[in-house]
Amino acid sequence: MAGLATSLGAGAATNSLAQIPELDTIFLFGSNPTEAHPVVSLYLKKALQNGARLVVADPRKTWMAARADVWLNLKPGKNIALLNGMINVILERGWENKVFIEARTEQFGELRNKVAQYDLERVQGITGVEGDKIVEAARIYSQAGKSMIIYGLGVTEHRSGTENAMAIANLALVCGHIGRPSTGIMALRGQNNVQGASDLGPLPATFPGYQPVADPANRKKFESEWKVPLTDRTGLKSVEMLDECVKGSFKALFILGEDPAQTDPDIGHIRKALENVDFLVVQDIFPTETTRYADVILPGASFAEKDGTFTNGERRVQRVRKAIEPLAGMAEWEVMCRISTLMGYPMSYEHPSYIMDEIARLVPAYGGIHYHRLENGGLQWPCPTDDHPGTTTLYTDLFSRPGGKAQFVALDQQESGETTDDDYPITLITGRIREHYNNGSMTSRSLGISELVPEEMVEINPLDAERLGIEHQQWVNITSRRGTISVKAKVTDRSEPGSVFMTFHHRDALTNLLTSSHRDPITGTPEYKVTAVRIEAGGAVLN
Amino acid sequence: MIRTLSMIVDGKEFSFSAGKTILAVCRENNIFVPTLCHDKRLLPHGGCRLCLVEIKGVPKPLASCTTPAENGMVVTTSNAHLTRLRKTVLELLLSNHPNDCMTCEATGDCLLQELAYQFGIRPGKYRGAMWGLPLRQDNPFITFDPNKCVVCGRCVRICNEVVMAGTLTMTKRGFNAMPNTAYGKPRSLENCEFCGQCVSSCPTGALTDTKSRGKGRYSELTRVRTTCSYCGTGCSFFLNVKDGKVVKVTSDYDGPVNQGNLCIKGRYGYDFIHSEERIKTPLIRNTDGFREVGWDEALQLVADKFKEAIAAHGPDSAGAFSSSRCTNEENYLLSKWVRCAIGSNNVDNCARV
Repeated sequence: MAGLATSLGAGAATNSLAQIPELDTIFLFGSNPTEAHPVVSLYLKKALQNGARLVVADPRKTWMAARADVWLNLKPGKNIALLNGMINVILERGWENKVFIEARTEQFGELRNKVAQYDLERVQGITGVEGDKIVEAARIYSQAGKSMIIYGLGVTEHRSGTENAMAIANLALVCGHIGRPSTGIMALRGQNNVQGASDLGPLPATFPGYQPVADPANRKKFESEWKVPLTDRTGLKSVEMLDECVKGSFKALFILGEDPAQTDPDIGHIRKALENVDFLVVQDIFPTETTRYADVILPGASFAEKDGTFTNGERRVQRVRKAIEPLAGMAEWEVMCRISTLMGYPMSYEHPSYIMDEIARLVPAYGGIHYHRLENGGLQWPCPTDDHPGTTTLYTDLFSRPGGKAQFVALDQQESGETTDDDYPITLITGRIREHYNNGSMTSRSLGISELVPEEMVEINPLDAERLGIEHQQWVNITSRRGTISVKAKVTDRSEPGSVFMTFHHRDALTNLLTSSHRDPITGTPEYKVTAVRIEAGGAVLN
Repeated sequence: MIRTLSMIVDGKEFSFSAGKTILAVCRENNIFVPTLCHDKRLLPHGGCRLCLVEIKGVPKPLASCTTPAENGMVVTTSNAHLTRLRKTVLELLLSNHPNDCMTCEATGDCLLQELAYQFGIRPGKYRGAMWGLPLRQDNPFITFDPNKCVVCGRCVRICNEVVMAGTLTMTKRGFNAMPNTAYGKPRSLENCEFCGQCVSSCPTGALTDTKSRGKGRYSELTRVRTTCSYCGTGCSFFLNVKDGKVVKVTSDYDGPVNQGNLCIKGRYGYDFIHSEERIKTPLIRNTDGFREVGWDEALQLVADKFKEAIAAHGPDSAGAFSSSRCTNEENYLLSKWVRCAIGSNNVDNCARV
């Protein structure tokens, strides 16, 4: 999200999902919504039925890719080269929106000079996509009336994830495809409350509402509400905290509702950190890989057991309502209040609605958001005042950057953290399937789902399978520079030759033993989408 | 400029915007017109003939769900003639229906039952062949009782128009017409996404959620509208609760994001809530594993250990990972706790996945 924030001002989707059926052109980038966001895919299907054209950039032949007017089957991680190449085509042919660029953007010159280095021949060489397809995709997108770029974790889960998002913003800005209904950039969020969890503060450099801790005015504002002096020292990112744990200088860690020992990449390193820290508290609804390392485990309450709000991928704040009492007697917000009070900083709220009222006093974009206003469908931020109706489309007049203009960022294609070589010649892409979710702790305990998809499988192209002597349903060993796991093979042309696909939903095949610790240096997002592996036919080995 | 259009329905004038059907104008203005085959998520179909209305100057009644509203129309939605037509349709449907409402899963949530009551229909007016087909439970999620099907086609249409899954199609003709899978094969991941959209659209007890059968019917269940906790789309739905247990998820057709549509996880991925494996009490590590303790003991230990670490090594030696699974309020409080009670800014989202 840092990418869109740099280019446009806010790290959030610019438009609303309900606007999708009006699109005449869809550009789907690194996103497989029929699997990962099925209800978003219904909107896209509606747009297709209404005659929208579809461009898909994805290394896998997804449902949408199979139906695209143009499928840009790029090699994993070559996003920036492809986007620079498309922008270059647009500028060379004069398909850009000169009025928009002049009126609403800055630093266009830098971008033009940079993308000029990405001629078709070079881009074709880097990405593996035929030049003609790049030109056709550039033509369709640049000449669209109403068009959104809809992107997913295939953009952000790379070492250059932040820059990938900026490159997407560059393309939209060059064409002026932003700031109107049904025209903009939608980032599809992996987890239910990624947007809200970013908006509301658990970030080491900013207070809730992205307000930097380094700014004395912000500290003053929060100090007067929270009635305690606040430090100006930027905190550590989660990765850095784990590194400090390994070094022995970090002493006490509280992990709320996450399972880094299964879902983080390079879990060998994570395990070492969790073993090393003096005191680890984990609060979760199920025993996970991570709770194994805890000194204290606190029961969590599921979403059915508490009141609260989630903010979805279109910035819509919606109510979560308590349907049953917390099974263990307390919800997380109550637990947090009690620990804080015991530590000498009293916190107490009668009901989560009072927490939201406090948020509204401190976070300008949530200024008008109160529970009584969320009864009928929620509100999309920015919603600064109590009579504000919320915002369906961002940037209709101004971008939320200083001066109100969007910024082009000149970018270069970088190597992924992991590269293939003779020992590890195949690229492993990880992602999700429709039936399961993340570490599987919820879906694998839901009757029926575990029966439908009981185990992990690796998707491999028929050509690779034949070359390696692997048959459908056969056990194979997958080895990366960090470990080996065994899974069954699924031979399918959804994978392109040279790349394979796995999920990370299954506890008995820990895909993240394979993935690397390379991360986007700006956001810390792991490079889940590119891991160099080798695959051998083989029997089962112990994972 | 948008032209103002208006029509007269049952003697009253209503304005409407262009491109609407007569039924849509009626629904907007709370004028009741009975339907069975209509679902606002679907294209107009005109199959059940219950929504027939009379239009001045048109010799025969027309289906209001497929007839565009036009400026100056004069429409009658209810009179003795229309009631007779509607009753006949319902009587014919009930002539080939089990009429076992007392044990039917859909009782209280069945359009056919509701309309039969409203129009005072008694079964038995017409006698003739009955299907007598076996119940189909060939998959973990969706039960199909073909005998309760009114062949409205809603399941087939939502599967093809909205989901584009192509699982269901209308097979055979006439009396034998029936929604079915290709070759009548059992539902599996090869032919079905198990999104349950067909169940959500079915107006009778023909399609029901297998996992909830026998666990409580409409009048016994409390419905709590909430937001899905899986991906970032933010679908809303109703948790159906009986005796403190979530027994079913049903569609919220007014959901701003999803209009009642859901995927397999949202609709069927709820039983983790009452899983036996849930952590039910706080646990503290001891030499041979974990021991169960009360909240007071656990929270005191957590507070003491954090205070110790801060006292001995400073506030920068402690911190927290927050979760994008948790609510806004919990994320806010966790961050407030770290900044105010610990005194550092060591708080971060865990993995950004």
